[in-house]
Amino acid sequence: MIAAARPQAGPTKLLFVDARGDMRHVKSSALANLMRAGDIVVANDAATLPASLHGTHAPSGAPIEIRLAARRSFDEALRFTAVLFGAGDHRTRTEDRPPPAPIAPGDRLLLGPLIATVEGTLGHRRLIALRFEGAPDAVWAGIAHHGKPVQYAHVPEPLALWDVWTKIAGPPVAFEPPSAGFVLDWSMLAALRSRGVAFATLTHAASLSSTGDLELDRRLPFDELYHIPRATAAAINRAKAEGGRVVAIGTTVVRALEAASAFGIVRAGSGIATGRICPSTRLATVDVILSGVHTPGESHYELLRAFTSDAILRRAADVLEAHDYRSHEFGDLVLIERAADHRSAHPSTTSIPAAQLSVCNPMPGQAPPGRMTEAISCAKPSVSSRVTRASARAAP
Amino acid sequence: MESKTTTDLSGLRVAVTGGTSGLGLALVRALTGRGARVAFVARTAAAVDRIARETGAAGIVGDVGVKDDIYPLALQITGRLGGLDVLINSASSLGPVPLAALGDTACEDLEQALAVNLVGPFRLTKALLGALAASAREGKGAVVLNVSSDAAVNAYANWGAYGASKAALRHLSAIWNEELVGEGVRFLSVDPGDMDTPLHALAVPDADPMTLKRPDASADELIAAIAGALPAMKAAKVVGAF
Repeated sequence: MIAAARPQAGPTKLLFVDARGDMRHVKSSALANLMRAGDIVVANDAATLPASLHGTHAPSGAPIEIRLAARRSFDEALRFTAVLFGAGDHRTRTEDRPPPAPIAPGDRLLLGPLIATVEGTLGHRRLIALRFEGAPDAVWAGIAHHGKPVQYAHVPEPLALWDVWTKIAGPPVAFEPPSAGFVLDWSMLAALRSRGVAFATLTHAASLSSTGDLELDRRLPFDELYHIPRATAAAINRAKAEGGRVVAIGTTVVRALEAASAFGIVRAGSGIATGRICPSTRLATVDVILSGVHTPGESHYELLRAFTSDAILRRAADVLEAHDYRSHEFGDLVLIERAADHRSAHPSTTSIPAAQLSVCNPMPGQAPPGRMTEAISCAKPSVSSRVTRASARAAP
Repeated sequence: MESKTTTDLSGLRVAVTGGTSGLGLALVRALTGRGARVAFVARTAAAVDRIARETGAAGIVGDVGVKDDIYPLALQITGRLGGLDVLINSASSLGPVPLAALGDTACEDLEQALAVNLVGPFRLTKALLGALAASAREGKGAVVLNVSSDAAVNAYANWGAYGASKAALRHLSAIWNEELVGEGVRFLSVDPGDMDTPLHALAVPDADPMTLKRPDASADELIAAIAGALPAMKAAKVVGAF
């Protein structure tokens, strides 16, 4: 697969995989034409923080980069979970970066105009809880002026905030862009409206997609905060009741909606998406997903397996390869309808909270290195994996 | 008549540019006084700090006339407020000071007026449009108020840079309002009148302040116009008489 190396590098392609597994190529700008009256398109309106902050580990004087990765609540502006990197920057592949100096609780990190105090490590020496010192105005100003968007070696040129904000970006709570949303623009929203297709947004704090560390990558995606406005939940429930399809723009929307689904209804409000979506997940709410182009083994690809069969996904992968579709966050797209016979419409699906159904955990020892080849296996949670998840959430 | 309003703005999230001087400052005071959650923008750190302390609003240092400031401003506004219901583009540049006939206006002064009065509001609105549209979808409505001038409509000698930029902003507002009616984002262009402000003193140094409007009176009128454009406010909360 070709990695898209620049934002907005020409028009994006879209492969539409319907419920029968039939496929066709369309221009992504024609996405609205694939929707039907009564459908509802749901997108993640999180704006992306400049979550990469370079500076110095005060006790050792060693260079350090932190990548903000999670927050405990949307109201908590000063405390974050962060992943640490040693010297260097995004132009070096994350897995080749030198480790940071050893970190201890109470250590201070000098990050341009910002000072952060390490509150503790979270089960891994590169995963910490930190607190910024100072008033909220000063901390936000520091992040706004010193922070850079998190980026990876496949995009060497520095990204600006306008590269990583979607047109619909609102609250700055994502740590990497909800990139399927790059396809949306105001004329597409008008086109949807004129076709009788509803549009709604939720806010999901998309976290990091890679840390470069085998053990940490197995814990991805980190627990992610989401908020579903009342109007959004009502519009989705109304569309479903009237036979419309729920179309998720991106995997983060699937995570949020499935975490918030219970008894066949999407609940409004804030929550934390903890589970993975994977082949054994019975989707309670989402019927169609728009996603970037992912390869087998990635957690995003595993999520697609909840929508359709491996045979169809394999055929789609061949078509994507043959037609030079570009992967990564600025690349091309796939739109996948949930296959009619694929773990859907199970009689019990609507009466059991989704969270109890979609228990998927990484299996230790099965993840090969690298951002593109993360292997995830869905399994019943063992006691040890439960402990791991709990410690990932723990914050002092 | 003296405007006295009891408009309750509790929970309304408002951003104001040019918030440390003149009309912008009057707006920050009036909005915070009525319970709105306000973030304001201005160029001078000391003034921002002073007004933030005085009003409890979130103070943000930046220049809407500078391209690279726009996204950091949008980030801080939505970061501090958690979203946005109302954007007031109040920061303005006169262009040449003292005012000059167009033939005597430096190109750079015209560019500066356009950067602050037209391109800046355009950029900032674009960066905040996602947050505003989300507020509209949630039923709270969304308003962008662009502060205009009678110089946007009438041809006054020596007001070329300012007048042309404000005329363009006025038309931009009208077109944007047409385009986003389906999203529920309303655009208002309001002429606040000739006020006793530092900007006016720069333009007309010998004006008698007694003949000029007080900026807080204009602020009340702008807030009433905004409330009238918000579905949640229009129905019940506006009690003031104008």
